Amino acid sequence: MQMRTTDTTGRREVAAPASTSHEARRRALRARRLRRGWVALGLVVPAAAFYAAFVLRPLALTVQYSFYKWNGVTASTFVGLDNYRRLTQSSETLGSIGNALQLIIYFSFVPVLLGLLTAATIRKFATSRLALASRTVLFLPQVIPLVAAGIMWTWLLASDGLVNELLRGIGLGGVTRAWLGDTSTALPAVGVIGAWVALGLCMLLLLAGMTKIDPSLYEAARIDGAGAVREFFAITLPSVRQEIGVCVTVTIIAALAAFDIVYISTQGGPANSTLVPGLEIYYLGFFSRQVGQASALAVVFMALVLAVVLPIQRLTRED
Amino acid sequence: MIVSRRETWLGRVLLIILMVVTIVPFISLFITALHKPGTYPSGLSLPETPYWSNFVDAFTAADMGALLWSSALIEVGVVPVALLIATLAGFSLGHLRPPGHRAIFLAFVIGLTLPFQAVIVPLYYQMRDVGLLNTRWAIILPLIGLYMPFAVMWMRAHFVNMPEDLSEAARIDGANTWKLFARIHLPLSTPALSSLGILLFLWTWNQFLLAVVLVDDPTKRTMAGALGAFQGQWGTDIPLLCAGSLLILTPTLLVFLAFQRQFVSALMQGALKG
Repeated sequence: MQMRTTDTTGRREVAAPASTSHEARRRALRARRLRRGWVALGLVVPAAAFYAAFVLRPLALTVQYSFYKWNGVTASTFVGLDNYRRLTQSSETLGSIGNALQLIIYFSFVPVLLGLLTAATIRKFATSRLALASRTVLFLPQVIPLVAAGIMWTWLLASDGLVNELLRGIGLGGVTRAWLGDTSTALPAVGVIGAWVALGLCMLLLLAGMTKIDPSLYEAARIDGAGAVREFFAITLPSVRQEIGVCVTVTIIAALAAFDIVYISTQGGPANSTLVPGLEIYYLGFFSRQVGQASALAVVFMALVLAVVLPIQRLTRED
Repeated sequence: MIVSRRETWLGRVLLIILMVVTIVPFISLFITALHKPGTYPSGLSLPETPYWSNFVDAFTAADMGALLWSSALIEVGVVPVALLIATLAGFSLGHLRPPGHRAIFLAFVIGLTLPFQAVIVPLYYQMRDVGLLNTRWAIILPLIGLYMPFAVMWMRAHFVNMPEDLSEAARIDGANTWKLFARIHLPLSTPALSSLGILLFLWTWNQFLLAVVLVDDPTKRTMAGALGAFQGQWGTDIPLLCAGSLLILTPTLLVFLAFQRQFVSALMQGALKG
């Protein structure tokens, strides 16, 4: 900004007639900057208008609704913090938040760890034909709607689905069950679907990070006698810190905000064992018509997402 | 570089396992879709005679023509507008930097981690009050707004890296702000714009929550929303459901295979910047 001002003034001095006073020139310059400033602000207006109308306003309304008891039709009554108090007493809500936190293990930790392991192993031939061709395949789960992933896996995990067939095939017929229909396995089964979706993206992001590492680092380590494990912890892991941060952030948001997969595969059941806040907001707001209650949960839900994501951002951005 | 044989083989095997795990659900979906309608086929068993007619039945049952048309209309309503206004805002905040640009940008960034569920309840009543419920506008308008944090951040990141000298030279040649934007900066932004366009296209096509909440009629929804309705209606006829799912997946898969390289780089960059 500063550079530009001096530069323009310098050049204008050449072009300006000798009679123009210094003062007048500065005034003209300021006027032009002001006009450009208004033009520039004008360019932001359309984006800001859409953002304000469909994000900021509803956001403010969510907070407002959360202090009222309202069924969406008749008049609403102000109830203060009552909705929040009821949230803390509802085992359903607390359970849904617990489920969302548990989903982080499957949606985030599993794909990031498996992705790290695979990427570190195939790092050395990351540019081979096989590795390049694998990109197309591994990106498929990212391209299809989550709804489709949910439908596929509901079928795979059904009592006569492929997963159980394979288990029977290797003599583990005893453990087969309707994975999504059993209260003890439904949440991990939903987690498997999320892990399947995220795994390819995490692996490729981490691999891309690893190919940027200077190969001489590895050569030096090998000469010093470091094995593959030492190499991984001493060189690979620290170098892809930023990529790990990205993977963890994206997948944790996906876990906490899970909706599509759960809606399709279990609808939150059986017996609320896979209920998550994203789905409960939907049920409260549009089925039991407890708009205030749904909004209070939405506020808590937002706070939860920020409370989990912001520290991770800080941790990985600072170097 | 010293690469031991064993490690290479281990890597190959791992990569192939990963690919198999990724692809098997698709194959299973395809094989199941060929079974006799109304049956409950098990695992990977092949049908005795493939019922290709399932695809035709699913096409009619799901009213696929109407669904494709609806998704196309929604895409046309969302993507160009979102791209245009995000580019204008990104150009202003990243390059012109008017007074207050930091605060404005910060206001956009706040929305970045916002899950759509956080605003879905008020959005419903907002749409009801203006009488847009059950129309495609109920999906189009909010989506444009909800994309703004990411889209503006994306375009700003692009314009911040454009050299100042470029605008300097254009200004000296007498270009006003509009010419500077349209003649100089817009042509140079094509890569950033096309990546963003791909991402917005994909997210719109796959948008589920807004479609389910704001539009009841599946033929006015996005593809993902329509698939949800299709599952609700035909969930008991597994082969038909699988055939329908595959049909609904096909357009995305075709577009993906045609623009693979752009998709992969857009998704990777998208994740990194998000």
